[in-house]
Amino acid sequence: MSDITTQLDDSGAVDPNLPPDPSRRMWVTTACAVGGAAGVATAVPFVSSFAPSAKARAAGAPVEADISGLAPGQMMTVEWRGKPVWILHRTEQQIKDLPTLDSKLADPESERPGFTPDFAKNEYRSRKPEIFVCVGICTHLGCSPTAEFSAAGGLPADWKGGFLCPCHGSTFDLAGRVFMNKPAPDNLEVPPYVFSEDGTRVTIGAEDNKKA
Amino acid sequence: MAGEKTVDTTGLLGWIDKRFPLSTMVKEHMSEYYAPKNFNFWYFFGSLAMLVLVIQIVTGIFLVMNYKPDAKLAFESVEYIMREVPWGWLIRYMHSTGASMFFVVVYLHMLRGLFYGSYRKPRELVWIFGVAIFLSLMGEAFFGYLLPWGQMSYWGAQVIVNLFSAIPFIGPDLAIWIRGDYVVSDATLNRFFAFHVIAIPLVILGLVVAHIIALHEVGSNNPDGVEIKQGPKDRYGRPVDGIPFHPYYTVHDIMGVAGFLIVFAAIIFFAPEMGGYFLEYNNFIPADPLKTPPHIAPVWYFTPFYSMLRATTADFTLVLAGAAVLAAIALFFKGNLKGIWRVAVPVILLLVAVLLRTIDAKFWGVVAMGGAVVILFFLPWLDHSPVKSIRYRPGWHKFLYAIFIINFLVLGFLGTQAPNPTYNLMSQIGTLIYLGFFLLMPVWSRLGTFKQVPDRVTFHAH
Repeated sequence: MSDITTQLDDSGAVDPNLPPDPSRRMWVTTACAVGGAAGVATAVPFVSSFAPSAKARAAGAPVEADISGLAPGQMMTVEWRGKPVWILHRTEQQIKDLPTLDSKLADPESERPGFTPDFAKNEYRSRKPEIFVCVGICTHLGCSPTAEFSAAGGLPADWKGGFLCPCHGSTFDLAGRVFMNKPAPDNLEVPPYVFSEDGTRVTIGAEDNKKA
Repeated sequence: MAGEKTVDTTGLLGWIDKRFPLSTMVKEHMSEYYAPKNFNFWYFFGSLAMLVLVIQIVTGIFLVMNYKPDAKLAFESVEYIMREVPWGWLIRYMHSTGASMFFVVVYLHMLRGLFYGSYRKPRELVWIFGVAIFLSLMGEAFFGYLLPWGQMSYWGAQVIVNLFSAIPFIGPDLAIWIRGDYVVSDATLNRFFAFHVIAIPLVILGLVVAHIIALHEVGSNNPDGVEIKQGPKDRYGRPVDGIPFHPYYTVHDIMGVAGFLIVFAAIIFFAPEMGGYFLEYNNFIPADPLKTPPHIAPVWYFTPFYSMLRATTADFTLVLAGAAVLAAIALFFKGNLKGIWRVAVPVILLLVAVLLRTIDAKFWGVVAMGGAVVILFFLPWLDHSPVKSIRYRPGWHKFLYAIFIINFLVLGFLGTQAPNPTYNLMSQIGTLIYLGFFLLMPVWSRLGTFKQVPDRVTFHAH
């Protein structure tokens, strides 16, 4: 018994204290680098699969709304690209009130980029002073504000009508312009839209191709 | 029998032990793991968190058998579970109550660590794994909350995903990438389902194992903050102030489990919605992408952090910038930073002050909310007190802890309320208290007269 256990076959034994072999090190490093690059390349399709699918990207067609029955003071909501778009018919008084609010607004002239197309860079942020169209999604964190036409709870006494975001209390005037010192960083987004020839319909998502 | 281990056990256990270190593991982690003998009720919450994890996994598996992760079917399938699946209502209420109770237990478990300095050297990694579990748990809860596809599910997800759009430059694209669509939609629901039922649970399980291995490597802390391994030992080399986890603490924990299950069952049977705090009323309305509910708030366990998000307005960044400038001046003239850090840290702080006023407040709200969680990772290095346990700290330290706890609860309450100017001011003060508690800890934690820490744990036999 003891003879067998002492019989060592160590022709292939390697000294554990042997210094590293530079050639093997180089090949190990190379193999790891190539393997790692392949691994990273494999991650690309997985990461990309998170992006919107072709179906989601295609679902952005313009929508048309009939505004012939929208009386002054009334507002309607249509869905465009899964978001609520408001169409508000402002009254004479509401239009008159807009310029008086400028000093309380964060960006009264809509100078910040990205939220106001060129055609809406005016006091009313619209093509026509009476019809206001905007995406009803707060620029803060994406809640949909509610229209408040009179001073309700939590709103200042001199409230001239506007929009209140229920999530974080941002307030906007009836041109979607954000008041100062509110969480929302920008005015409400005005989408591209065009009116029909007779002005009874509005197409949201259609680029301006007729008149300025 | 060449190649086989010699083991002491016989029979079936012996057969296993020769092939798998079963007895060794049981001894190492249970019957020969010596925990301090002076644990109090605060030490229930670790094992209770394990219990709730098991409840969530088991009930979750059964819910998945009837739930449909589809924007058209999800809401109805949850109602189907509630009304038509035999005992489905019980399984779902166990899961929804379990989610809230998980946070109750974990918050108390973390508070225990804060009280007794359980994060101090050599237990930093135990704490870090723990905070990582907390962070994963927040993710798990958030992803799960979208699944019933109610109004709160939908708009809650909308708000949280939009947090990422506040990050400068890459934000808006990042938010679209997370949603997989331009709005929260079916694609979002599907991927959140995948995260909730498999991805995050796997991460949590791995972290729990790491948390316990790290704990058993360094040994448990105790209410006195005394190292039992450095105390006297018996003739077998075991710490005299330690007792085997099994059977002593397994039995002790069973008592905690019994108490917990009484509360748990009472909630499930008598108040599963908990007055709208565990299950929000608006979530009984199917998701409507065109209409935000008039009052939207996250579930209670997120509200303290949500308050900090809301508190950060343009005016508040001015206060924060002022605080950063003051900190820079104080660190430069009074701090004990060495070499290049003496200049670098104040310069970085001044830079932060400038950025606070140049980047939108919206982004800083997200930073404040994220920072409130991330700062917990650094707790082991923020606390410079010469003692671990609150028992031997100066009296006014206990007062600070009390303020911190009350402040956290107040922030939690404010987060559930509709915004108004008074509450907003209170949230801003609360945010300053929360951040100040941690950021000023290197200063205040070493001040005052500390009591003498005993050599051995305080223990009175019953």
